[in-house]
Amino acid sequence: MTPAIEINDLHKYFGDLEVLKGIDFEVSDGEVVCIIGPSGSGKSTLLRCVNRLEESTSGTILIEGEDITDPDADVDHLRTRIGMVFQQFNLFPHLDVVHNLTIAQTKVLKRSKKEAGEIAHDVLERVGLLDKIHEYPIRLSGGQQQRVAIARALAMNPDMMLFDEPTSSLDPELVGEVLDVMRRLARDGMTMMVVTHEMSFAIEVADRVVFMDDGVVVEEGLPSVVLQEPKTERARRFLRMVIDK
Amino acid sequence: MYAIAMVVVVLAIVLGDWERIGFNFFNLEVMADMFPEVLTIAARNTILYTLMSFAIGLVGALALALMKLSSIPPYRAFAISYIELFRGLPALITLILIGFGIPIAFQGIRIPGGRVGAGVLGLSIVAAAYMAETIRAGIEAVPRGQTEAARSLGMSANRTMFTIVLPQAFRIIIPPLTNEMVLLIKDTSLFFVLGTTPLTKELTKFARDFMVEIRNATPLTVAALVYLAITLPLTWLVRRLEKRAAISR
Repeated sequence: MTPAIEINDLHKYFGDLEVLKGIDFEVSDGEVVCIIGPSGSGKSTLLRCVNRLEESTSGTILIEGEDITDPDADVDHLRTRIGMVFQQFNLFPHLDVVHNLTIAQTKVLKRSKKEAGEIAHDVLERVGLLDKIHEYPIRLSGGQQQRVAIARALAMNPDMMLFDEPTSSLDPELVGEVLDVMRRLARDGMTMMVVTHEMSFAIEVADRVVFMDDGVVVEEGLPSVVLQEPKTERARRFLRMVIDK
Repeated sequence: MYAIAMVVVVLAIVLGDWERIGFNFFNLEVMADMFPEVLTIAARNTILYTLMSFAIGLVGALALALMKLSSIPPYRAFAISYIELFRGLPALITLILIGFGIPIAFQGIRIPGGRVGAGVLGLSIVAAAYMAETIRAGIEAVPRGQTEAARSLGMSANRTMFTIVLPQAFRIIIPPLTNEMVLLIKDTSLFFVLGTTPLTKELTKFARDFMVEIRNATPLTVAALVYLAITLPLTWLVRRLEKRAAISR
């Protein structure tokens, strides 16, 4: 079966700085992969290359077999199959919650207003925010905004979801509600690639953990192995630091 | 310094010929004579010319701002040249250029709307240059994450600009755009240079002709008051909008 995401020898330069130095890996359909590593290790850049928010310098990324790095690729269409959740939520502040959820459905997927509205209703229910359907983002807490952002991505019925440090800008007491939603998504079989610092989430939910440092994948495997008995010194040092915190 | 200023003001009040000032600047009879034309023709024309120039200028400004932010070098070069040129010239030169320069150079070209049309076009050209920079700043003030979120949902670059970025940008720049409109109101007084008919005079030309005709300066006072009646509410609105924007951030 074709993997959901297949990354081959991916390199990325920012000017002279090589931030990704040949990344190879796959995410299978329905798999949850957590990417961990120190800041500046290239993990967010890697994630952003997957839906081509960042242009890679060389290498290929296949989305269900289609190369998104191809200059002729229909990137806009491929992106409708890849949901993305950002650290800063990035809800559209000039639209209320329901229109945040329907605008891309109607404009991109050409769904009718009625159908888009019904789907928005469903996904808001899944993230537990149906009562906020007519609020504007500014009136929501950070945790609620992030759940709406997840719902917005889900409303497109994506085949996979990318999470770029989804809880990093949340107050500690709001992290749990977002992780709960993600946990449920994982259980429902969503393919997920998650850049995170939440080690307990990674241990509990991930099928596989990838440890990146300095633009390369240093270690990958079962969460219990990578997070609890890392083979490399670099991974051990990083984990000591985050766990001490 | 302050004391000297006070003395000057007091002297002016004591020694001023108040009868003469009152007769020449606040002559009620003259004021009465100016109505209703000062409102039905002059003020109406001022507002009409302003709104038309603003509307056309805004469309041009949007195109220029998008060109300036474009990744295509010739577009950028055109936008930059245009903006620098028309911000660098006196508006009067642009009006004369459109009203007389173009018709002299190209006999066949007729600007629709005659002299008023030329005036509106000239002022629109100038307004577009100023407002383009305002719009560009507004677009750049919308966080990058907004574009990324929209693109990640599969929206094209153009759709992202028009449905996500511009609505937010315009919310940010409503106060400076309103300021532009206040400047435009005053610039319509330059229309006189193109020549007017009794029905196309705007406030300044109307007041000046009236003044010359009756050899009394009261029309200027009236024109000033009408200008203020238009601009003060607008500047007040700008202040309120800015305050509201500050709160919602």
